[in-house]
Amino acid sequence: MASQTKNKKKAEEAKGKQAAKAKSEQEASANGQEQEVRVPASSSVEVTFATYQAEDYDHRELGLEDAQLLDMYRNMLLQRRFEERAAQMYGKQKIAGFLHLYIGQEAVSTGAVTALEIGKDSIITAYRDHGLGLALGMTPNACMAELFGKVTGSSQGKGGSMHYFDAEKKFFGGHGIVGGHIPVGAGIAFAHKYKEDGGVCLTFFGDGAVGQGSFHEALNLASLYDLPVIFIVENNEYAMGTATHRAFAEPDFHKQAVGYDMPGAVVNGMDVFAVYDAMKTHVEMAREGQPSLLEIRTYRYRGHSMSDPAKYRTKEELEEKKNEDPIIRLKQYLIEHDLSDNDALDAIDEEVKQEVLDAVEFAEESDLPPLEAIYEDVYVQDDYPFLTD
Amino acid sequence: MAELQFREALRAAMVEEMERDDTIFLMGEEVAEYDGAYKVSEGMLDQFGAKRVIDTPISENGFSGLGIGAALNGLRPIIEFMTWNFSFVAIDQIINNAAKIRYMSGGQFKVPIVFRGPNGAAGQLAATHNTSVEAIYAYFPGLKVISVSNPDDAKGLLKSAIRDDDPVVFLESELMYGMRGEVSDEEDYTIPIGKARIAREGEDVTIVGYNKSYWVAMETAQRLEEEGYNAEVIDPRTIRPLDIDAIINSVKKTNCLVVIDESNPFTSVASEIAFQVQERAFDHLDAPVARVTAKDVPAPYAKNLIDYYMPRADEAVEACKRVMYAE
Repeated sequence: MASQTKNKKKAEEAKGKQAAKAKSEQEASANGQEQEVRVPASSSVEVTFATYQAEDYDHRELGLEDAQLLDMYRNMLLQRRFEERAAQMYGKQKIAGFLHLYIGQEAVSTGAVTALEIGKDSIITAYRDHGLGLALGMTPNACMAELFGKVTGSSQGKGGSMHYFDAEKKFFGGHGIVGGHIPVGAGIAFAHKYKEDGGVCLTFFGDGAVGQGSFHEALNLASLYDLPVIFIVENNEYAMGTATHRAFAEPDFHKQAVGYDMPGAVVNGMDVFAVYDAMKTHVEMAREGQPSLLEIRTYRYRGHSMSDPAKYRTKEELEEKKNEDPIIRLKQYLIEHDLSDNDALDAIDEEVKQEVLDAVEFAEESDLPPLEAIYEDVYVQDDYPFLTD
Repeated sequence: MAELQFREALRAAMVEEMERDDTIFLMGEEVAEYDGAYKVSEGMLDQFGAKRVIDTPISENGFSGLGIGAALNGLRPIIEFMTWNFSFVAIDQIINNAAKIRYMSGGQFKVPIVFRGPNGAAGQLAATHNTSVEAIYAYFPGLKVISVSNPDDAKGLLKSAIRDDDPVVFLESELMYGMRGEVSDEEDYTIPIGKARIAREGEDVTIVGYNKSYWVAMETAQRLEEEGYNAEVIDPRTIRPLDIDAIINSVKKTNCLVVIDESNPFTSVASEIAFQVQERAFDHLDAPVARVTAKDVPAPYAKNLIDYYMPRADEAVEACKRVMYAE
């Protein structure tokens, strides 16, 4: 991979380098040589990208224990059942505002989180954040209560669906402006490197974010400073209602890596093993100070948000994608490899459903935030003189 | 007391704080190898090395966001804008991320970051390089906004800003970097955020001015004194939170107020001060609050036009006489 041979200044002192450069220029002019504009005789780019297909994986070869597989299954199912119930609660007007569902994309969150050291590594994502939050271990209670706008919610009812955060799990949100959080992800990684704590930052965003300048600026800075970050495009084919080919001159997003001299790869996001495999490799790279760009091809079954009837795609397209369902795929693997059976997996499903029902009850019964909380947590300073009525 | 240039006072604040706390770093365009576009960070690369004094590409959105991420993850960044005019391509980072993440996360995170650089007009730079940004950033709850007028305040308040756990917008001025002034050499000298300074006591009229406008206010007071009037001059120093009590107390004594503000007038800091004063001290006012601001247009290039655009002592003297009914 040509783009992956990096000749970057690493630990060397920038100052020393500058001095050396100045010296050579000085010498050149002392010799009476004029500086010429130089154009290389030829220039080309040839890059091969790693691809991670949905295929016949052996989980042991990937380093996964049998028991982990059931955890992963449960993890994906929890996201699915949680959001199905959230959609229902939205219909009952228990949840207001925006609700962007992740259903269909669960292999991405679960595969990624399985490759991390939770609490050491960091994650930041956009507004379709329920899946990653739950996958990281945020409780369904705190997550559902947040959607209900209750004081027991993960952000005490101040963030809602788009703004899940969990400081303890190093989950840095939950962000609402497309692409706006990508440089923040680079900064989280910058701090890992600065503190030498060994952590990496997974920075997730949708395909639409690739059109924002912040994406390009963040990739450039990350590569320039060798930050331990993985930029992850969750390409679900539509930015709201605009298909990627209608918005991007180059819809193969992983190819953007070339412009920033970092490795890129493309992953089938409907297979949790493919995601895990890719993520493990790229987390390892990040720990060595090599940022990278992963394009994960996935699909959301639901509309962009609850108000979206998704008329921009056909029913056939949706049905076809549902045949690739990541949860069913893992279920089949577990059964085919005699790691579990239908009854046991159904029992997990029942447990998860009950957990979600309990979360709804918890949210229902929780209090709304007290009105005085409106002035809390704007500033760290506790006696900030707000303009009040 | 030591006499320092404005830029030296700012540098002293950063150096002292960086010596004290190794989670602090300075990042921005030309801050390291070039020694700072206005030499504010001169010598800092030599002292602290490339890990802590970091040059960036021209990428304000990127490095502002990077600073915010670093702050969320335990560091205390100082992000320098070569001028605040360039912050507009980074405004999403400042107003949506720096100002709001703490609130949206229910207080789980803090963003201890300082964004600093020169603000406002600096001569014949035309419309895009002459903007005063304080009213824009002060609009947003979650941010603190400081605008300093002299080396002593620059040092004391920048040190406080760096230590503050909330995001701070710190406004300087190209035209003042070379200005000399006495700076306290008290060890660990800080000035509290949110406290105005009564720069000159008087009983006839209150004049409020900050950053460069503070010096217009002082000139105005001097000229009024020559005509037998004694003006009180207040430098708020912090725009958000605003020390409105200091202004109100003064107005209760003088019964009239002129605000000098080099922002465009509409929805300006001057507007806000005038509103709060009429709300809290209406009965103490003998005349409507007057303001002397930049003209309500983009900054022009031509010398005579930019001079006319800026708030001037002539106008301020006239405004003071008007509110004192002195003509």
